Amino acid sequence: MKLPRWLRPVAFIAILLAVWQVAIDRHPVHLLPDPLEVAGGIADLIRHGLLLKYVVASLFRVTWGFVLAVILAIPLGLTIGWYSRATMAFNPIIQIVRPISPLAWIPIAILWFGVGDGAAIFLIFMGCFFPLLLTAMNAVRNIPAVHINAGRNFGLNTPALIYRVLYPAVIPQLIVGLRITMGIAWLVVVAAEMIAVSSGLGFLIVDARNAGNRYDLVVAGMVLIGIIGLLLDMGMRSLERLRAFRWGYSEN
Amino acid sequence: MNSLVAPRKWERFFWPIVATGLLLALWHYSVIWTGTKIFPSPLDVEKGMKELAQESLLWAYIGDSLRRVAIGFGSAVILGLPLGLTLGWYPGVSQVINPTLELLRPISPIAWIPVSIIFFGVGDNAAIFLIFLGSFFPIVVTCVTGVSNVPSMFKRAGRNFGLRPAALLTKVVFPAALPQILVGLRIALGIAWLVVVAAEMIAVDSGLGYLIIDARNSGKRYDLVVAAMIMIGVIGLALDFGFRRLEKMRQVRWGFRVES
Amino acid sequence: MTEAVAAPAVTTIKMRAERINMAFEQDGKRTSVLEDVNLSVSEGEFLCLLGPSGCGKSTLLSTIAGFLTPTSGEVRIDGEVVRGPDPRRIFVFQERGVFPWLTVEGNIGFGLFKLSASERQRRIDYYVNMVGLKGFEKAYPQELSGGMKQRLEVARALAVNPDMLFLDEPFGALDSITRHIMRGELLRIWEAERKTIIFVTHDIDEAVQLADRVAIMSARPAKIQQIVDIDIPHPRDMSSRRYLELRDGIYRQIGLAHRI
Repeated sequence: MKLPRWLRPVAFIAILLAVWQVAIDRHPVHLLPDPLEVAGGIADLIRHGLLLKYVVASLFRVTWGFVLAVILAIPLGLTIGWYSRATMAFNPIIQIVRPISPLAWIPIAILWFGVGDGAAIFLIFMGCFFPLLLTAMNAVRNIPAVHINAGRNFGLNTPALIYRVLYPAVIPQLIVGLRITMGIAWLVVVAAEMIAVSSGLGFLIVDARNAGNRYDLVVAGMVLIGIIGLLLDMGMRSLERLRAFRWGYSEN
Repeated sequence: MNSLVAPRKWERFFWPIVATGLLLALWHYSVIWTGTKIFPSPLDVEKGMKELAQESLLWAYIGDSLRRVAIGFGSAVILGLPLGLTLGWYPGVSQVINPTLELLRPISPIAWIPVSIIFFGVGDNAAIFLIFLGSFFPIVVTCVTGVSNVPSMFKRAGRNFGLRPAALLTKVVFPAALPQILVGLRIALGIAWLVVVAAEMIAVDSGLGYLIIDARNSGKRYDLVVAAMIMIGVIGLALDFGFRRLEKMRQVRWGFRVES
Repeated sequence: MTEAVAAPAVTTIKMRAERINMAFEQDGKRTSVLEDVNLSVSEGEFLCLLGPSGCGKSTLLSTIAGFLTPTSGEVRIDGEVVRGPDPRRIFVFQERGVFPWLTVEGNIGFGLFKLSASERQRRIDYYVNMVGLKGFEKAYPQELSGGMKQRLEVARALAVNPDMLFLDEPFGALDSITRHIMRGELLRIWEAERKTIIFVTHDIDEAVQLADRVAIMSARPAKIQQIVDIDIPHPRDMSSRRYLELRDGIYRQIGLAHRI
């Protein structure tokens, strides 16, 4: 019995869910819900109007933090990457700050912004800033010298060179970087919400557990996080496919 | 790339020192001008670091964090590498399993905390499980891409010389994919380091992440907070560097372009 | 009867390179690539720089075009010292020089930003036709073959109406049949527009087929070993006695065996 291709991953997930359901029925683990209970939890959220509210709250924070990081990090990264002396100058600082988990910034975030949206957005910003900065720096340094030389050969002054050669040449790499960083932002928002705010999917997980061990809602929250994260990723991937950008992925 | 005058050797040290110095000065004077009582100046942080270094607790904490990373990351490698190689080698299998992985991957390890507490209780094991989760998915993804990027001419050559699929995987595909896999492992290690700090801030009571939370909660010692952050950065960088040395081994160096 | 096209009767010197020395330093080692090179090119002339790979001919061409500054010596074009690249003398790289994010039209129109929109379009249409890319105006380079990309790059160079063209092994990445066709195309274009051309190649036949004069370069550190006048009018018969004489002369000059 050969299933059509698209059906197979769905069948796989269905099998996993079935195994989970049966396993819980046979050996109930204290507090752990089975798939039906999780589905019930999702229905619960919809009924109380919380699903949409929390999803929007999380997306709102992600968008703000991500967009702020893009606006600041990309131009800065392109500039630093362009001037080798600037790269030399800032690289050590970047390399030391980069491995610091965004969550480690929580005390400072709360100090500067108090508990609330501002702190969460700051954390997402910190999580996105350095990956975007490095993406932009690397994208510039990876531009083949032929293109820069050709631009200079045709008499382009520096602003024209930047606008007509540098910028188009880096776009494919930037878009990939944006997609990866969006994934990071989504991870950070959930973590940030578990600590610093009182709405959103991350908060849902923490709250559901604290206020009555509603693990069906906890896992429901996790499932929603997974689905929305995947949708965000797929959305960014479709950007990569626009014909105008597709040149970046073929053999030059 | 821009200027026609190539930078000289001494500039490699000069510019970073200038930039770092300027930023430290900016930090220092911002603290003075804003008259803040809480936010530490660079000197406060330096004193804080010395204070921590003298306390044996710091070294114990560093040890704890590293230990958790070692176990969590190590398990992720042991389980993720074979899985990733298999998925990359059998695209049919990958097509079935991949959507499930893609659904699980965007779930922040931190979101797994309540579930992990059910299975592992509060403490070390829960944190290690989170680190495992955080590293596992990147490792699998990297292996899959690495294997599928091996040029088919290598695989054909292997078959030409009579290798069976299992031998082909271990003797041709794995070495060919190794440079890319190593890069992926290094990135996953970086992620593991991020996750351990986050996990320690929430789920355990030792380690560098815990130190940050603790320093703030018991007495608003922001000088210790920033000191711990810098140490986290430095150790993370050291881990990254150490891993890069692996990439320089002759068995894999061919896979990396020469850095000018 | 095809008209044999002769070089212009009055010869003005277009480019003069005097006592060019070029040395590179890397890791403390000083490599001398060009040593005391003297060369002059007349207006409307087609000159070939011939030599084996790595002998420095590309370096010399880049220096003449202004992308590199000689360690000593100077290059003058139209009497002015060359200080950098200029749209009056366009460098044609191999086909990887075309901008992958622009269409054929976009590439050809790249240097025409000073013209009015209608004038620009006229030029683009003219050169699209001239290099034989009609019908592909809206295609992207990734959709073109190697030969087509090379023609695109030549069209882009010609569109700005430069005085001089520098071609650095432009046909190197093409198969030998396409190369043969492209040589004919290049000559056709040259005869129509009479630009001064300096062409770098390692292919002896190519040099004898194309050039008015062939400057043979020695191995590194390179000098101009000899300049051979190719006094056959176009179109050149590759079986004619004079052609074979000149070609064999160059073989001997370079020291290559005549039998394989």
